[in-house]
Amino acid sequence: MTAGSLGAPTRLSARDRARRADRGGASARSVPGPLLVPAVIAVAFLVLPLAGLVIRAPWGRIGAALSGADAVQALVLSLWTATAATGICLVIGVPLAWVLARTTFPGQRLLRALVTLPLVLPPVVGGVALLLAFGRAGFIGRYLNSWFGLTIPFTPLAVVMAETFVAMPFLVITVEGALRSADQGFEEAAATLGASRMTVFRRVTVPLIAPSLGAGAVLCWARALGEFGATITFAGSFPGQTETMPIAVYYALEDDPDAAIALSLVLLVVSVIVLVSLRDRWLRGGAVQ
Amino acid sequence: MTDGEGEGGLAVDATVRRGGFALTIALKVPPGQVLGLLGPNGAGKTTLLRALAGLTPVAEGRITLGGQVLDDATAGTFVDATRRPTGYLFQDYRLFPHLSVAENVAFSPRARGLGKAVARSAARHWLGRLGLTDLAGRKPAELSGGQAQRVALARALAGEPALLLLDEPLAALDARTRLDVQSELRQHLADFAGPCVLVTHDPLEALVLADRLVVLEDGRIVQDGTPAQVARQPATEYVAKLVGLNLYAGRADDAAVALSAGGSFVVPQHGQHGDVLVAVRPSAIVVSSEQPHATSARNVWPAVVTGLTMLADRVRLDLDGEPSALADVTAAAVTELSLTPGSQVWLSVKATDLEVYNHEQDG
Repeated sequence: MTAGSLGAPTRLSARDRARRADRGGASARSVPGPLLVPAVIAVAFLVLPLAGLVIRAPWGRIGAALSGADAVQALVLSLWTATAATGICLVIGVPLAWVLARTTFPGQRLLRALVTLPLVLPPVVGGVALLLAFGRAGFIGRYLNSWFGLTIPFTPLAVVMAETFVAMPFLVITVEGALRSADQGFEEAAATLGASRMTVFRRVTVPLIAPSLGAGAVLCWARALGEFGATITFAGSFPGQTETMPIAVYYALEDDPDAAIALSLVLLVVSVIVLVSLRDRWLRGGAVQ
Repeated sequence: MTDGEGEGGLAVDATVRRGGFALTIALKVPPGQVLGLLGPNGAGKTTLLRALAGLTPVAEGRITLGGQVLDDATAGTFVDATRRPTGYLFQDYRLFPHLSVAENVAFSPRARGLGKAVARSAARHWLGRLGLTDLAGRKPAELSGGQAQRVALARALAGEPALLLLDEPLAALDARTRLDVQSELRQHLADFAGPCVLVTHDPLEALVLADRLVVLEDGRIVQDGTPAQVARQPATEYVAKLVGLNLYAGRADDAAVALSAGGSFVVPQHGQHGDVLVAVRPSAIVVSSEQPHATSARNVWPAVVTGLTMLADRVRLDLDGEPSALADVTAAAVTELSLTPGSQVWLSVKATDLEVYNHEQDG
């Protein structure tokens, strides 16, 4: 480049100079308009509804709205069913993740696809599927009913099952990823020290992936807490029995909007807490997993 | 040398395949012997250790310990790594990061079925023996390299193994720590009653720690002997380089040895015939600018200096001639002879400094 073709100089303050020196890159500050405008729109789209929730919240009577019998019942039901679903996911999902990560067998790819299916499946379809399997006339439910007198649909158990169905992939995928990236050298070392596969799993593998296990469980719990479509299809919405928080919000919107907003705020706060507890794993430098 | 099949001895006669690589080896290690496994990267040293530990099954042949089969490809018998009485010290130690030093050392006794209290007292015993009692509560991340190495050794020994496998036990340490740990390790290896296989690519480490050296190259044993034998009469270029010798292959015909790389030596009464190897120390080669007088007791040949490398207290010359050679001279000699790359010099070596020996070594 000759001196004559140099562009016009722009202003660069001392602060910007230091920033550029630290971060590198050609021009760290200036974002081209075609990128900046859509990005701002995206932020507005994500933030404004939440801001609306906070602005419209009936702060004066939020305590009263939440202490209503229905709200408390829904909150209690949501908390215990989500926790139970997470427990079930841990008990059966972690072994499944281990099998997917540590063994090879025919049809494994297909199985992995099946396991992740609930992630993309519309939850209401999951609910219909559960109903067809475990409903009173379902191909399994029929026998549960006639042999044990057990009816699952429209009970709290159905809520737990619907939540487990939808939330399990979050745990399995997180744990399987952790198992794949874990250093298997430790497991070899444990084997040479005389540890059986089960001992290795219990004393070496699980403690080493504990952070991912925790993250997977939190994600799983959050997904279960927010479950709506599969739950309302398979379990219905009987207050105190199967009406979870999201379902309560949906119905409250019609006859008690203030209660709906208050309940929504509670769910928002829970989500923020989940996000904060996961910040190291999911929010630092993009996709960590 | 005692029979490897004896009480507690290790016997291997097997081929191990990993990917496209095959290791074929026949070895016997009697109890109490420390076998140093020396060889370049990719020679199959770690592959052998993994086969002995049961982490990689053999493709052919068998491995026995104290007469008991650990792995037999023909019979289809295989003892799982978990059930082998081996202690394996990994190159990167692999201490469990979530367990304390004491819990790491107690891991094997516990996994092998001892009660919690018994395992803990076994751990205490080994921590004491390796001088680690003060570190019992620490996590591996809080240990120095030398400490981690000792913990790894204590953990391997605490399972009371009948076979000890060490994979480059000192490689992860800095030079200073290495010397301290080396003499300690020597002591602990001397106390170990069973056979011990130690992998290394450091000849000094092998010479200090091992009773016997086996050199592996490309999945085969190329030399098997005492450290002194290997150091004096290396079987291959690689070993010669490791122990710092010039090595020439040639054919002996009475006193004359014709070298396959060109040139010849005269060595009276070396007593060998046919294919031989000739080894000579770089410091035994005399470098001069004038042609010295050749006799039957002194071999003389011209050469050109192609490189100079400063060693601790002398200069190593790379010399191109028939044969080419490495020669060590003092820094003063370099200035006196004004040696630079391209300098023409004369090399001479006394016949008594030429070690002539048979090419094919038995075992």
